[in-house]
Amino acid sequence: MTGRLRIAVHKFASCDGCQIQFLNLEQDLLTLASRAEIAHFTEASSVTQPGPYDVSFVEGSISTSADLQRIREIRAASRLLITIGACATAGGLQALRNWKDHDEFVRAIYARPEYIDSLARSTPVSEHVKVDAELWGCPIDQRQLKRVLSDLLARVAPRIPGESVCLECKRAGHVCVLVAKGEPCLGPVTRTGCGALCPRYERDCYGCFGPQEDGNTLALGRRFRELGLSDEDVVRRLRFINGWAPAFRAGAQAWEK
Amino acid sequence: MLGTAKGEPVMSVAGLLKRDQLDVLIQTLRARGYRVVGPRAKSGAIVYDEVSRADELPVGLVSVQEPGRYRLEDSGNGRLFDYVHGPESLKRFLFAPQETLWTVEQNGEVRFKETLPEIRPLAVIGARACDLAGVSVQDRTFLKGRYNDFSDPYYATRRENLFIVAVHCTRSAATCFCASMNTGPRAREGYDIALTELEDAFLVGAGSAAGEAVLADLPLQPAHEGEITQAAQAIDAAARSQTRRLDTENIQALLFNNLEHPRWDDVAERCLSCGNCTLVCPTCFCHRETDVASLDGKESGHQRQWDSCFTLEHGYLHGAQIRPQIRHRYRQWLTHKLAAWIEQFGVSGCVGCGRCITWCPTGIDLIEEVNAIRLPAALRRRHGAQPEAKT
Repeated sequence: MTGRLRIAVHKFASCDGCQIQFLNLEQDLLTLASRAEIAHFTEASSVTQPGPYDVSFVEGSISTSADLQRIREIRAASRLLITIGACATAGGLQALRNWKDHDEFVRAIYARPEYIDSLARSTPVSEHVKVDAELWGCPIDQRQLKRVLSDLLARVAPRIPGESVCLECKRAGHVCVLVAKGEPCLGPVTRTGCGALCPRYERDCYGCFGPQEDGNTLALGRRFRELGLSDEDVVRRLRFINGWAPAFRAGAQAWEK
Repeated sequence: MLGTAKGEPVMSVAGLLKRDQLDVLIQTLRARGYRVVGPRAKSGAIVYDEVSRADELPVGLVSVQEPGRYRLEDSGNGRLFDYVHGPESLKRFLFAPQETLWTVEQNGEVRFKETLPEIRPLAVIGARACDLAGVSVQDRTFLKGRYNDFSDPYYATRRENLFIVAVHCTRSAATCFCASMNTGPRAREGYDIALTELEDAFLVGAGSAAGEAVLADLPLQPAHEGEITQAAQAIDAAARSQTRRLDTENIQALLFNNLEHPRWDDVAERCLSCGNCTLVCPTCFCHRETDVASLDGKESGHQRQWDSCFTLEHGYLHGAQIRPQIRHRYRQWLTHKLAAWIEQFGVSGCVGCGRCITWCPTGIDLIEEVNAIRLPAALRRRHGAQPEAKT
């Protein structure tokens, strides 16, 4: 990549919250615009430029057959593809439908089900095309986004740590809510990046940054059972915003009757 | 200033300080320019935080510790230091969790700027024997000496400006095993002042010239033989009350001859690979260094941050992952801590504080793991590892 970076931000099935993290960069967004060309970002501007793009950020899960087609086109038009947020990276909250009868939902909710063209499963971008980097979180963290942008502008591989939230808690000096209070904190199996936001306020982590790189959800589930959670509670704890992520999926599956 | 003098420590009993006079110690330290930190109750645990008056210290709290569990309970008495310890040792005051080592500016020309820590003398009240032992182990990692050709200037600067008010433990937590590691519960060296808590007073002694100078400013009363005996007995009782002990006999051969022991798979079924054990450990020193560039590309900072041998990044070397499974990472930690450390630094990496046991979310006890490896094969019993709920 030489010259100014051409950046695109695309949206699929999502709430737009991660794109808003982009927009909320405010002053930094102007700095970014001075060093890169933001060629396609419909949440920010109706003026869009066609590809090819140096970097495409993709928000949202693949949820319709049109999505399936569009994500391939975006991949073909992008040198680097980076997912942003739980939906694009793990299928999102809407992946809860993956465990249910999709057609039954459509029949029950919509007056004219035949108008609805949604896939039976909500899936992450990586199930369909090659993904170069993933920014986790619901929503993504601005400091992480900024770091990735700075790294890309410096032409180095973006650094996205994959370790547990616990490391962040211990560095910051937050007392462990699991050990000191018996709260069912998902921090030990969850990826860092949020700045340990919930434990900082003495709340248990609910895993919105998805699984850490190589944690042990089965063992944490056993610990939650010892802390008094029912099998069903353990399933619900893991099967939430990032429930379709393989490590959380397996961890929940183990306790399903 | 530090109690790092060669040979025997300058242990002396200077006298008695009434409990209600402890504030004089704090004010004396503050008047001498120290930032004073001490134990504070926060979020259900004892942590180190700024202290400006003695009445901010937690009164009558004890910690009840067991594998994977920590609770503060009211003891009903007015004692200040029966809590034993919390998750933090002295590590964060010397080896910072995160700091910028240098910055680079690019404005026509590229300029490097060194970042040295601000020199502000720090006094820590409430350090325990295990914490002092931890500092002495980390000194071998970060200071120039037999094990090191260079001193880390960040660590060394803070070390030179640290004043330690130690407390000899008169109570042990259930996870403590310092007596078996020969590091406590009596603080032997490395402190400036040491206190032993008696019924309504502290038996006070200095361990350094700086400590003696501070004691000279305190309203001490003479200590009698009875109080000195009483203090010694209370410390001995704390040692005797410890139920855990780590058998370190022949531990290097034991661990290195058992690198494929089935117990590593067993512990990997319980280990979360979260890294808590390493970050609460007073001696773990693993860290990473990365460069953080500004968005405008005009400057970047070279940051050092606590890392852990439980992260994949830590085991990623020259394009290959050398510790891909949890069993590899737990084995790396335990064999380094208890065995390879001895070759590397001439001392065990374990000081017996038991924090890794208490603060492990699933309550893994390294003593149990070592014992299981020590146990003859015929006597082994596998831990249950399947979700009980599946029955």
